[in-house]
Amino acid sequence: MAKFTLQVNGQSRSVDVAPDTPLLWVLRDSLELVGTKFGCGVGMCGACTLHLNGVPTRGCMTPVSTVGRKQVTTIEGLSADGSHPLQKAWCELDVAQCGYCQAGQIMTAAALLKENPKPGDQDIDDAMAGNLCRCATYLRIRAGIKLAAAHGGGK
Amino acid sequence: MSTPTFANRSIDRRDFLKFSALAGGGLVLGFYLKSAGSAFAAEVVKPATGADFKPNAFIRIAPDGVVTLVSKQPEIGQGIKTSLPMIIAEELEVNWKDVVIVQGDLDAAYGGQSAGGSRSTPNNYNEFHKLGATARTMLVEAAAQTWGVPATECRAASSAVHHAATKRTLGYGELVAKAATLPVPPTADVQLKDPKDYKLLGTRIGGVDNPKIVTGQPLFGLDTKLPGMLYAVYEKCPVFGGKVVSANTDQIKALPGVKDAFIIEGTSNLSGLMPGVAIVADSTWTAFSARKQLKVTWDEGKTANDSWDAFTAKATELSKQPGTATVRKDGDVTAALATAAKTIEAAYSYPFISHASIEPQNCTAVFKDGGFEIWAPSQNPGGAQGAIVSQFGVAKEKVLVHLTRSGGGFGRRLSQDYVVEVAAIAQKLNGAPVKLTWTREDDLRHDQYRAGGFHFLKGGVDTAGKVVAWQNHFVTFGSISAGRGNDTTMALRPGSGAGLDGDQFPSRFLANCLTEQTVMECGIPMGPWRAPGNNVFSFVMQGFIDELAHAGGRDPLELRLELLSQKSGGNYDAARMIAVVKLVAEKAGWNPKKFPRGQGQGIAFHFSHQGYIAQVAEVTVSKEGQVKVDRFVCVCDVGAQIVNLSGAENQVQGSIVDGIGAAMFQELNLERGRITQGNFNEYPMLRMPDAPAQIEVHFLSTNNPTTGLGEPAIPPVAPALCNAIFAACGKRIRQFPLSRTDLRWS
Repeated sequence: MAKFTLQVNGQSRSVDVAPDTPLLWVLRDSLELVGTKFGCGVGMCGACTLHLNGVPTRGCMTPVSTVGRKQVTTIEGLSADGSHPLQKAWCELDVAQCGYCQAGQIMTAAALLKENPKPGDQDIDDAMAGNLCRCATYLRIRAGIKLAAAHGGGK
Repeated sequence: MSTPTFANRSIDRRDFLKFSALAGGGLVLGFYLKSAGSAFAAEVVKPATGADFKPNAFIRIAPDGVVTLVSKQPEIGQGIKTSLPMIIAEELEVNWKDVVIVQGDLDAAYGGQSAGGSRSTPNNYNEFHKLGATARTMLVEAAAQTWGVPATECRAASSAVHHAATKRTLGYGELVAKAATLPVPPTADVQLKDPKDYKLLGTRIGGVDNPKIVTGQPLFGLDTKLPGMLYAVYEKCPVFGGKVVSANTDQIKALPGVKDAFIIEGTSNLSGLMPGVAIVADSTWTAFSARKQLKVTWDEGKTANDSWDAFTAKATELSKQPGTATVRKDGDVTAALATAAKTIEAAYSYPFISHASIEPQNCTAVFKDGGFEIWAPSQNPGGAQGAIVSQFGVAKEKVLVHLTRSGGGFGRRLSQDYVVEVAAIAQKLNGAPVKLTWTREDDLRHDQYRAGGFHFLKGGVDTAGKVVAWQNHFVTFGSISAGRGNDTTMALRPGSGAGLDGDQFPSRFLANCLTEQTVMECGIPMGPWRAPGNNVFSFVMQGFIDELAHAGGRDPLELRLELLSQKSGGNYDAARMIAVVKLVAEKAGWNPKKFPRGQGQGIAFHFSHQGYIAQVAEVTVSKEGQVKVDRFVCVCDVGAQIVNLSGAENQVQGSIVDGIGAAMFQELNLERGRITQGNFNEYPMLRMPDAPAQIEVHFLSTNNPTTGLGEPAIPPVAPALCNAIFAACGKRIRQFPLSRTDLRWS
């Protein structure tokens, strides 16, 4: 076990865990931030996508010991009140079915819009290819990203 | 409030007897008391007060006007937590924004709670209308009595009762006290709304949990956290049903953070408590890490040499003999084939696949004072309770089941393996709450799989291209098991979802039609996978019909309509199918000849789960054999009323992409009795770049009972896709996944 002080959603949070513990499980088990999901544990499904200094990152593949002072942003911290244009678009278009993967989808999409505020179809498909949606809501995810982009989601 | 409250009224009168009059439809209405002894509330809801109007187990209206509706069905992504309460809200004439939906736990007061077979809507549709209408009738009566006017002069709308003549209005909250004193009207006195007056049903309503989903709030089984909770993993034999000989549990117990490690003897039930080794730790990661040190010696049992390749070879051998069972026989197929103008033969096959719900199986349990309390992402909470009762010999009353949202179901969570596993672990811990988490590898290697299968077909057409003979020898998988219902005879029977019945199209539509079945015994757990059986049978039947159309020089649409116009029977309403087939052809602009080589249009239809569905696919196949799905058009007849248009469309679009993904990519391999794939790197699933750009969904409303949409749109997908591929490049897909067929053309 070792002590780590993490910067999570703008707050300083201390945990005492094994150094190889993936950030995913630190968030879920130690910090009670369960919006970041476990889907595969090998970085293949994207359900655990979060931002490290704004870069979309797989929480399941990131040992806590490698995080250091980097800013961790999870779905809970994407906006203060669920008002990020992607979150609003997801509700407006009723994107989710089971909803389990959607936090990861939104986090990947948020990073895309930041880099490319007006993505085309190919940009969206390329950026989102790492995120599985087992319910296959891909058409609404695409539409949600476009709607959010239209509402300035990249800002 | 000075008016009488629930608290001082008898339970009988308030809640049970009053509503027994409503119970004619089979729904048991009764008094629902949230288990006061439950230590951990899954959902934070404003507590009920004695001042509320609570006319039945599903509706509670508070004096401030907030309407709380219970969703009794498991929410697995099918949108039932939104759609069933919409029905109550429609009849109750309540503003949707005033409604709070809470997930009900397992309770006999709610009646059946299993979410399977696309039955949640048809089983509850009429009863939920009555529930809402009865409460609305009582609120109108309360207003009428308050004003001293006839109830017939009063009208409910927008969460209030209005008296037009005197321009008076009382909000529902203001009527709560009075309504709570009224007797329940007999069902005959309750007027259901005229569908033309619906304001909510048929509109687009967002899922009630959407705000929580997009902000990452706890909702799912895996999000469950209880005070003092421990974390468990469970290692089973890679060969199904294998037993533990020994394990280094003492060494595991000594690892930091590990609280316990022990062998569970288990049973031989492949969908029940299988033998294994449990590790309990202070966090999920500690348990995962300790598991890497686990060494188990297994007795792998008699299926340890089974392989998919061997089963495939065996199926081909078996196909040379008549089937061991005749499923259905009409006319004389042999004679009809002998006199047909043209005959063709084809062998179709498909592999075992996994449900691969994105939330791995998990469950949380505590065993205390001889009873179990569990938090289950389950499609079948009654089944979970029953499995614990029969496994551990406790009384039903000693098994409390809380329902969480499920990260996908697809039939996987109708099975109870993960539930009895965590119950066994909790029982050993005796007092400490524990959450069992399966890894993705556990999930793929210990699923209740969609069975693979082999179909050997012969068909004949006459000189006009009319189908005159059809023969199918289905070689499938099964085990020695008891029959359905009271049939306890042990025999080799098809596994769950792996049996072909005599009702599958084109049975009953052809004078000469023979369906035979041979079962190969295996040790692979099988379970229902979204539209069980139908999801593959449609691929075979609608594919071979296409082959016969081409053999006879007929348009695939025209031949289908000819087949459908022939004799029908049983529960298959051919007229409804003809209507959706014609409409989908119109909406898609059916004209296969208009496409250049490399592009194609395919059509298929299927009846299952009371739904009549027809689809047209349009694809592009590159010269290198790459398939791109350009467009899908779907027409659904699921009865008179679409409940939630947004949810319904989402289900159908999702079904179409799911069906494409299963056909294109999914395949499990069996070697040495075990599944060789472990994770998504070895078991590819469809991702966004392969999703069609365009999916058009049309609902054809007919004067038939309203039925479910979780499954029936799945079966036509694969054959529509494969028929389109054939139209594009002349390559016939007869096996899944698509990568097994060389689609290059020049």
